[in-house]
Amino acid sequence: MSVIEQNAIAAGPRISEADVGDYLALLKPRVMSLVIFTALVGLLIAPGHFHPVLAITSLLSIAVGAGASGALNMALEGDIDAKMTRTANRPIPRGRITRPEALAFGSTLSFFSVLTLGILVNWYAGALLAFTIFFYVVIYTMWLKRWTAQNIVIGGAAGALPPVVAWVAATGSIAPEPVWLFLIIFFWTPPHFWALALFRSDDYARAGIPMLPVVAGPDATRLQILLYTIVLVGIALAPWPLGYFDAIYGAVSLVLGAGMMWLAIEVYRKRERAASLRATRKLFAFSILYLFALFATLGLEAVVRMVAPLFWSGRVG
Amino acid sequence: MLGKGAHRTDMAEPNQPEDGIVLTEAQLRARRRRSIAIALALGVLVVLFFAVTLVKGPAVLRRPI
Repeated sequence: MSVIEQNAIAAGPRISEADVGDYLALLKPRVMSLVIFTALVGLLIAPGHFHPVLAITSLLSIAVGAGASGALNMALEGDIDAKMTRTANRPIPRGRITRPEALAFGSTLSFFSVLTLGILVNWYAGALLAFTIFFYVVIYTMWLKRWTAQNIVIGGAAGALPPVVAWVAATGSIAPEPVWLFLIIFFWTPPHFWALALFRSDDYARAGIPMLPVVAGPDATRLQILLYTIVLVGIALAPWPLGYFDAIYGAVSLVLGAGMMWLAIEVYRKRERAASLRATRKLFAFSILYLFALFATLGLEAVVRMVAPLFWSGRVG
Repeated sequence: MLGKGAHRTDMAEPNQPEDGIVLTEAQLRARRRRSIAIALALGVLVVLFFAVTLVKGPAVLRRPI
């Protein structure tokens, strides 16, 4: 009998005590809620009638696909998560779930989410969801994250795709509107995550992740945040004059874009430690509100357009 | 937490019958909750496929690609 076999018997088999909550934590519920929200907006602004059952199926598939990506990401990053304060409490570093268990869980959910969207809705959306999962897990997690400071710039594409998947699920084709949604999230990601990385740079340095503040320093990061914010505000405003989104969206985008610009300038200007930290935290928090408000405006307008004719025709109320 | 199941196989006495692995109370409870969650997820999947079949009717077999 080999030493390994003897040791295995002496130690006894390792049996999981992981609870349902641990598996739910693997799905990254907060990221998942943002994905559901942006995908919902993608569905709401899509033209034509989309049956509610198919809409729910699409949202559920996209949500499960996003959760599966999160589980696969945690399975592949257990070593990094254990070194960072922000992630040390996740199920794998805590020893609640093993990496193979997380891999099996994530792979199973990925398979079923793509299959369900493909069979029940359409295969264009199913294929795009599969590509989104592949991009997040393979391109971002396995390749870019540990290799380049541009990790979240390119990797941001995965987070920007859910509203496009939702639009394709509803229409079976692509159009400029979901591309605008994609671009808004894509250019929102760098200032948002670099703001986080600025006040968590010790954490990232300890884990050996080449985030921009770790590799290029805080000053270069502040400049990049400012430049990306200028592009973001321009991109988020452009669909209004170009006629894709209306004036209400334009007004919200203009006002909140001015707020984003002001906070990004503050982050760039304030170099003294305490003031810099305050400015960075403000920008991080405001960037969440900014994205939420832009998408909520589009979603609410779509709901009003759907519901208003029912009131006018006397079918409701 | 990954617990060690109580392992009653005694390798020193090969003629005794093996009792196999006996799970602790915590492991049994966790396994039961996981099994219920899997059953619920499968139930949702079945309901979803049934509902979409009703919505689409015969068109469920006519999909793009």
